[in-house]
Amino acid sequence: MENEMELRFINASENESFARMCAAAFAARLDPTLEQIADIKTAVSEAVTNAVVHAYGGGRGPVILRCKAENGMFFVDIEDQGIGIENIELARTPFYTSGGSGRSGMGFTVMEAFMDSVDVVSEKGRGTKIAMTKKIR
Amino acid sequence: MAEEVAVMLKGEIDHHRTEEIKRQLDEIIENTRPLRMILDFKNVTMMDSSGVGLILGRYKRLSERGGALYVKRLSKQVDLVFQVSGLYQVIKKI
Ligand SMILES: Nc1ncnc2c1ncn2[C@@H]1O[C@H](COP(=O)(O)OP(=O)(O)OP(=O)(O)O)[C@@H](O)[C@H]1O
Ligand SMILES: [Mg+2]
Repeated sequence: MENEMELRFINASENESFARMCAAAFAARLDPTLEQIADIKTAVSEAVTNAVVHAYGGGRGPVILRCKAENGMFFVDIEDQGIGIENIELARTPFYTSGGSGRSGMGFTVMEAFMDSVDVVSEKGRGTKIAMTKKIR
Repeated sequence: MAEEVAVMLKGEIDHHRTEEIKRQLDEIIENTRPLRMILDFKNVTMMDSSGVGLILGRYKRLSERGGALYVKRLSKQVDLVFQVSGLYQVIKKI
């Protein structure tokens, strides 16, 4: 069975919890364990927070969350139309942050630890898309 | 100056809440100057990398004042965030 959803919201920090709740509620149909739900919430939180903090240089802009469930697999995309990432490999390196003090540079590392795959597509000046998958059963 | 201060954290620790939690923890650190601060995660249902920055910052502030930071009762999810981010290299779980 296949199911899909798409959600568009502005990158306000209040929407971090909203987004991960929506993704978790959608994934619940796949009958995940509580642990798998926590994993999904964590990864979605990371990607959405990056869209809040980094994508629009501190300003406001849209974020799109897409979820898909198919054959026991959960797919989630988080997309923004912000400044983009110039060097994706560098951005994914543990401890790398452009955010200064208070940020640890661990967001991508956490996404990788909690999901089966994390794909980053980004173009300078056009935006960033994080595509993640997780096998639920 | 206090020997030991234990703080119960609650709910989901994310970017949206870090400023508020940071303010509260720093206030406790400044008011009590503890030798040991213990963060109890029993009621924390989720923490992401924003929490890592938050905890590291409090660790540094405490160290500068001669105190140490400990954590306890972490969920599996929070424990994995601590592990992959290397927080356990400086903060002890009790
Ligand atoms: N959506 C995005 N748009 C633009 N730049 C981004 C985006 N997501 C990530 N980045 C860049 O990648 C870097 C690494 O991201 P990552 O989430 O790993 O760490 P962080 O957000 O800096 O810190 P932390 O997540 O630990 O608070 C960021 O500092 C930023 O430069
Ligand atoms: Mg991040």
